[in-house]
Amino acid sequence: MSILQNKLSEDFKIAETNRINGSDTLMYSKQKEAFLNFEKTGFPTTKNEEWKYTNLASLLKEDFNISPSVTLTKKDIEGFLYPLEANTIVLINGIYSKELSSILSPTTELEIKELKHVDKSITEKYFARKTYSSNDGLSLINTAFSENGLFINVLKNSVLKYPVILYNFTDSRQGNILSQPRNLIVAEENSQAAIIESFHTIGSNTGFTNIITELVLKLNATVDYYKIQDDTDTSYHVGSTEILHEAKSTSSSTTITIGGAIVRNNLNITLDAEYCEAYMNGLYLLKGNQHVDNHTIADHAKANCYSNELYKGIMDDKSTGVFNGKIFVKPDAQKTNAFQSNKNVLLSKEASVNTKPQLEIFADDVKCSHGATIGQLDEEALFYLRSRGIGETQAKRLLLHAFANDVLERIKIEPLRDLLLAKIEERLK
Amino acid sequence: MLTIKNLQAQIDGEKQILKGLNLVVKPGEVHAIMGPNGAGKSTLASVLAGRKDYEVTGGSVDFLGKDLLEMSPEDRAREGVFLAFQYPIEIPGVSTINFMKTALNEVRKYRGLEPMDAPAFLRMMKEKMELVEIDQSLLKRSLNEGFSGGEKKRNEIFQMAMLEPKLAILDETDSGLDIDALRIVANGVNKLKNKDNAVIVVTHYQRLLDYIVPDFVHVLYNGKIVKTGTKDLALELEEKGYDWIKAENSVA
Repeated sequence: MSILQNKLSEDFKIAETNRINGSDTLMYSKQKEAFLNFEKTGFPTTKNEEWKYTNLASLLKEDFNISPSVTLTKKDIEGFLYPLEANTIVLINGIYSKELSSILSPTTELEIKELKHVDKSITEKYFARKTYSSNDGLSLINTAFSENGLFINVLKNSVLKYPVILYNFTDSRQGNILSQPRNLIVAEENSQAAIIESFHTIGSNTGFTNIITELVLKLNATVDYYKIQDDTDTSYHVGSTEILHEAKSTSSSTTITIGGAIVRNNLNITLDAEYCEAYMNGLYLLKGNQHVDNHTIADHAKANCYSNELYKGIMDDKSTGVFNGKIFVKPDAQKTNAFQSNKNVLLSKEASVNTKPQLEIFADDVKCSHGATIGQLDEEALFYLRSRGIGETQAKRLLLHAFANDVLERIKIEPLRDLLLAKIEERLK
Repeated sequence: MLTIKNLQAQIDGEKQILKGLNLVVKPGEVHAIMGPNGAGKSTLASVLAGRKDYEVTGGSVDFLGKDLLEMSPEDRAREGVFLAFQYPIEIPGVSTINFMKTALNEVRKYRGLEPMDAPAFLRMMKEKMELVEIDQSLLKRSLNEGFSGGEKKRNEIFQMAMLEPKLAILDETDSGLDIDALRIVANGVNKLKNKDNAVIVVTHYQRLLDYIVPDFVHVLYNGKIVKTGTKDLALELEEKGYDWIKAENSVA
């Protein structure tokens, strides 16, 4: 058993003995169950089919500080904040910092509180739902340690004027840090909101973020969700975004990955009622030794839903990309429309990508399609641009920009899109 | 302007296609290069534009006193060589407008000129659009993506109009065009012609030459120019086909 696994077990047991009122709350029983399952399964290894291409072995051998409470100042973080008016939520090493957060939307529209203070009926229904990732060792350990989780509630009929941005800071200045943010976001009936998660490591030691965000869209709700990963090369990330659709709801999720040493994103979408739409967009732009793995699932459980997925990747140097996209169409899900596309460009001989589309269809009246491509920059296209006087570097940049722009133009928040465009331009130089 | 001496080139490092080609083009002239399939017509166009797949194994190409073969494709364009592609490439995500603005400014930079400002660029674009009868909505779309054959060729001539080359090489620009599109494309080329620039028309058929009247017609066969004449030669070829050329040259 690794040092980390030992440490987690001990910590959990100590916390348990310190608990007041015993283990009778619902949330705690889910934590405990997850912990016991974790004890059985341990961390995922490459023997696990879902982790075949992403090897965390050397990361998980390291020693981590797992209950680090630190304070950052406004000055420490302000350089990382996006230049847009927003409901700003700051988490440091996975723990909500009320002082550094600022909420612009009125409490009649947006409510933020600790998960442990949430009404039992919500926890019962929406917290730590069984999903395709929930039994993964890292998901289990997140749930086990979800004590400091956050609950974000977009209230009924509210159309949020400002996006909600969750800034996740990992302070690894004093040593290796494991931070485990946990969020439950519920968008009530007829509400509309944009949620942005972004990740930043401060310090040069290893920062390992193991996050779960559960997002629930109730009747007729619309949520645009963004995950922005432009972290340092000593940062490691494993995260699951679990989206549950109730009737007539629409979600879009956009995952942009530029930075990070190893990144694994699970995006699991359950279309659990009729007339829902889910858009899944992703862009990964890798260099050096970066490794980025996107596992997505569109689970069509009910009829008349639509899902549309577009993930694109550009791999340079020795970087590696992984895309695994599953579409399930369950027996009840007649009239499903599900589309998936994954396109990759390799810029160097040593870069690689593994892409795997998987469709499992159990209904007969459906429309599904998928496509995956891996290629180099089109030599003919390059020659065409150059033959008009555009230099080779500029021509490559133009083509890569056009390639990436397909995904970027799906970002609906203009200042965010501009910011990411600038970052990507910078990267393509 | 252009002097090609004993040009030899091969593709994929083995198949010799050009076997000692000579050609001299002066400002104000229109040259037609005709020949049967596989004679090396498109190879000549590609070699002049600097396509990577072709390797020059001998000879020289002088363009306005400079060694053209030493230059990158972009520098050839910046010096004033333009190739209208036989099969223009579709590039999703890059609009023709954006593409042309980038290209024009790179060419200007090379020539030590300031980038063109937006109003001047738009004015120029509008003027050239009329010249080749191309619609602005087409130019706002991704480059050539989903364009018809005729639209693609018109877009080539539009780009030529924008870049104002000294030497334009039209590689089978007539292929896949109906008679109306052919006329529009040819009109565009004719309007762009002046005493300081030159055009090389590479074509299999004579019909484009009804519209773009050449000063010289060359027959390219088996990697060499085997016959040179006036536009009457093109008519003769149209009538008699290429077999007599082949026969003449197999005897010799």
